Amino acid sequence: MAWTEKILRVNLTQGTVTPEPLNMDWAMQYLGQRGLASKYLAAEIDPKCDPLSADNKLIMTTGPLTGTSASTAGRYSVVTKGPLTGAIACSNSGGFLGAELKNAGWDMIIFEGRAKSPVYLYVENETAEIRPADALWGRTVWETDAMLHRKHQDPLLRIATIGRAAEKGCLYAAIVNDLHRAAGRSGVGAVMASKNLKAVAVRGTRGVGNLKDPARFLQSTAAAKKLLAESGVTGKGLPTFGTQVLMNVINEVGALPTRNGSAVQFDGARDISGEAMREPRKTDHRPNLTTNAGCFACTIACGRISTVDRGHFTISNKPEYWGASGGLEYEAAWALGTDTGVSDLDALTYANFLCNEDGMDPISFGATVAAAMELYQIGALTKTDTGGLELNFGSAEALVRAAELTAKGEGFGLELGLGSKRLCAKYGHPEFSMTVKGQEFPAYDPRGIQGMGLTYATSNRGACHLRSYTVSSEILGLPVKTDPLATEGKAELVKTFQDVTAAVDSIGLCVFSTFAWSLADIAPQLDAACKGEWNAARLLEAGERIWNLEREFNNAAGFTKKDDTLPERMLKEPAGTGPAKGKVNNLAAMLPEYYKLRGWTEEGVPTAATRRRLGLGA
Amino acid sequence: MLKSLHIEAEKCTGCLQCELACSYRGEGVFNPAKSRIRVFTFHDEGRFAPYTCTQCAEAWCLHVCPVEAIIDNPATGAKEVVAGRCVGCKVCTIACPFGTINYNQDRKIVHKCDMCGGDPECVKSCPTGAILFLDADQTGLSRMRKYAGQQIHS
Amino acid sequence: MRHVILGAGPAGVSAAEIIRVTEPDAEIKLIGAEPEPPYSRMALPYLLSGRIDAAGTHLRKTPGHYAANRIEVIHDRATRVDPANHTLMLAANGNIRFDKLLIATGASPIIPALPGSDSEGVYPCWTLADARNIIARAKAGAKAVLIGAGFIGCILLEALVTRGVRLQVVEMADRMIPRMLDRTAAGLLRQWCESHGVAIHTSAKLSAIDQTAGRLAAQLENGRALKADLIIIAAGVRANTQFLQGSGIDIDTGALVNAHLHTSAEDIYAAGDVCQGRDFSTGQYDVHAIQPTAVEHGRLAALNMCGRNIAHQGSINMNVLDTLGLVSASFGQWDGGSDSAEFSDPAGYRYLNLQFQEDVLTGAQAVGLIEHVGILRGLIQSRLRLGKWQARLLHDPTRLMEAYIGASRNISFFSRV
Repeated sequence: MAWTEKILRVNLTQGTVTPEPLNMDWAMQYLGQRGLASKYLAAEIDPKCDPLSADNKLIMTTGPLTGTSASTAGRYSVVTKGPLTGAIACSNSGGFLGAELKNAGWDMIIFEGRAKSPVYLYVENETAEIRPADALWGRTVWETDAMLHRKHQDPLLRIATIGRAAEKGCLYAAIVNDLHRAAGRSGVGAVMASKNLKAVAVRGTRGVGNLKDPARFLQSTAAAKKLLAESGVTGKGLPTFGTQVLMNVINEVGALPTRNGSAVQFDGARDISGEAMREPRKTDHRPNLTTNAGCFACTIACGRISTVDRGHFTISNKPEYWGASGGLEYEAAWALGTDTGVSDLDALTYANFLCNEDGMDPISFGATVAAAMELYQIGALTKTDTGGLELNFGSAEALVRAAELTAKGEGFGLELGLGSKRLCAKYGHPEFSMTVKGQEFPAYDPRGIQGMGLTYATSNRGACHLRSYTVSSEILGLPVKTDPLATEGKAELVKTFQDVTAAVDSIGLCVFSTFAWSLADIAPQLDAACKGEWNAARLLEAGERIWNLEREFNNAAGFTKKDDTLPERMLKEPAGTGPAKGKVNNLAAMLPEYYKLRGWTEEGVPTAATRRRLGLGA
Repeated sequence: MLKSLHIEAEKCTGCLQCELACSYRGEGVFNPAKSRIRVFTFHDEGRFAPYTCTQCAEAWCLHVCPVEAIIDNPATGAKEVVAGRCVGCKVCTIACPFGTINYNQDRKIVHKCDMCGGDPECVKSCPTGAILFLDADQTGLSRMRKYAGQQIHS
Repeated sequence: MRHVILGAGPAGVSAAEIIRVTEPDAEIKLIGAEPEPPYSRMALPYLLSGRIDAAGTHLRKTPGHYAANRIEVIHDRATRVDPANHTLMLAANGNIRFDKLLIATGASPIIPALPGSDSEGVYPCWTLADARNIIARAKAGAKAVLIGAGFIGCILLEALVTRGVRLQVVEMADRMIPRMLDRTAAGLLRQWCESHGVAIHTSAKLSAIDQTAGRLAAQLENGRALKADLIIIAAGVRANTQFLQGSGIDIDTGALVNAHLHTSAEDIYAAGDVCQGRDFSTGQYDVHAIQPTAVEHGRLAALNMCGRNIAHQGSINMNVLDTLGLVSASFGQWDGGSDSAEFSDPAGYRYLNLQFQEDVLTGAQAVGLIEHVGILRGLIQSRLRLGKWQARLLHDPTRLMEAYIGASRNISFFSRV
């Protein structure tokens, strides 16, 4: 079974909480988490609605394996219409909250409407209550977490909350759970804030069970864990260096977008890499990295827990930051560091703490600061505009100040909080915004990794690496090596990665497991646990169905073929150094083939035959 | 030679696989809330500490039980709860100075680590080797058991 | 060597077993006043609720346990002790000589000397016989009045509600379990009971019991009369020391002992509810009348009877109670320290109160806490210096386990990279 087959519907306007049965027909088609919640969202809201209005809904959702002992099975997603992009948004998070929600007996919570004043949702097994949160409003994620733990007298309460950034209108505000795990992208936190919903606190003690074939489940999950342990990436690279294992690798292949994408290699990369995080600092002889950490049930444990040097300028007079907390992942280190030209590891770590503490996406934040720095460099943005902030590339002081202002929603931070697309448009240089569909792209330059260009251009939630991580094939050679500079075969590669990822994101597992697992490794785990018959082909088909559902939502929201593109810089300014020197991203060579493979019209619309084939209706 | 659980906390990543395996064996569901082994998180210190019963020689849970519902398993050295005898009075839960015997509100009896009859699931499930099952004299267990007894007596 | 143990409760039985292990050749006589095999009063509420049968209350479950351990169980009652002649007088079996004697005669319920308190249908709940009487009357829908909302009263409360009786509780003090819980905790408990349909009358004193035409009524001093089919008295207990009158053994609220649980008479020891033993927290000598102290006494007294010279560090007064699903507990000096932390969530029926002397935990009360509750005992008994962890506990007292592990393993800055 693994689904609890129960949904909690929370109407914030009316102040009601109502349990209802999960639509199991849909679950058989869309699994859970990303896919199933997208189905609910598409069925329940007008795709043209204002994302920050009461008409939008916010769905917190687990997958069928969430809460089981399958490795990495602790994931949950937040699905809504995203305010940064206007597209469907699905942000996936680890930590422990998802499993707790499942343990409390719920597959999904659907929030609708808007509360009159701040509230939080308290869930203890079957009981769910909307409670006032006036005292929590205006508090950081960390303060809110502590206050709720104290209030409920329960150290094991798991909490997801927004920080001040969301409350102040930051469009890439995150929902942070367990202090430093985040449903980070696309501004799902801003939607939560628009609903006057501060936090969700969950305690579940019912357990996750009722497996279809328990013995087979234990057997298949054990075999799958062995694969993770034996893989060089999931068994060694990720636990040792975290995703930061990539900083030096991507720099070497010349695909590291630097100083707002004006270069593809960063001379400071070494200093902010996963390797550097492990080396004792010259100042206090302690490494930045304190330990690695696993999310619920994760046998990879790529998580970074870091400690900043107490003497570092960022925290020397702020003892509240002297303890360990969530450290830099690769994308964050890239956005906060490489993209802004800052190579001070502890400054990046501090900025990352702030992103966690007040709930904002470090990718969009860092990339927006990078864009602002380029505007500042050419004089389009001045000290008068920034309130005195000298936004020079490479300035750690500017980065951390910008982070503080954006986290609190003060001064120029309010403008930074709207993302680079709006900022660059306002200051007259839309070409400086490294975004697709309004969302900043992350740490892989499409000029040096061609497949990532198509990935960004076609991603349903705006530019993102987590929709089809072709880096795995193009750079790491998993499952097969392809040439990062070639465009041939990339349309098919991207499509396959997109569909596989959509399935994995809908099961409750972490996409990092796919460095070692194929769908053929995942299917037996799902099949042993769940109702229905699950094999790799069915999962792939479910993934494709989910992808098309999301695409149709976006089409209905008003997106067209012209939005499937990349920032001009990626298409016209050749890479200046490294293996990709002289290259631009050749999107035009990949996109039509991609549409064709998808079974879409030349305008990027799923054909009637495709819709029929996938059971999306005639 | 009796064996005992030996925990190398510095290897723990806090993934809770041990809690999942333990609760599955004890309750038939994956339910960390009902696990007999618990991982405590020291957030500010960046550290995790798996923690469970040391099966101490002066087992106060066993001695205070008014209905002999906790017995010593001579084969393993584990102090085991006899489900059919436990009346749920909870005296053991306040007597155990280590806090490792807990009341299970769903089953209305107490539960504690029984070392799975000599083949502990937590050990098998730990991906980093942070929980080991070793000969008692290798682990300093005899010292620890004595210490646990002394704390109460002296 | 002949060891005679007077009293077959937890203290007596524990003592007999320890003596057997320590002195394999000793002669051991265990004398109990009731006709049953040694059983546990703690288990009576569960007999009352129907969860167990009489055998389920027995302290030891293995058939032939006492015989196998060469412990002679005698059902008899002591009438007098003659310390000078090392002799014990029994009601039925005459005189018994002892080398060492353990007095573990426990306590008896106090029945207030009020008009009608000996009526049919008025019982304490102290013995198996009492429990059987109560079971006979406590049918579903019957009206019951429980006199006393102390620890024992509250343990019975749940069993009675489980049997389906309509229950009213009368407590003399201004709150429930005044010796275990403070006002806040007791208030939560009362609210909980009332929300489960149990009427609680505090600051209410019984003045008489009426019995007219087979119908009972508890008359209160405030003039109210509570009709009942059954009245249960749980108004406290007193140590069973009457038979020691004239023996020369020093008695206060219980038999007085030194740190070795030795009474004022040579070769005579005391343990359990009858014993005024050392309190860990105060260093004073008090009757605790709780199971853990009884067992601790029994075991230590036995070792001392066998010539091991082991001083008692003292017992922590502590209790745990499950009232219709709400678990409350208290430990040590819960009613006062130099520093304290208190957190309550009345809506969630949770309360935690920690008392410290400097950075050492000395007392605690908890309502609604069921995980790792024993650590409160551990922290008090080990006198663990909490150091920086105290500040964290003052900030969030639910982080007890982290504080214990952190302080006992000296977890500070850590890196394993």
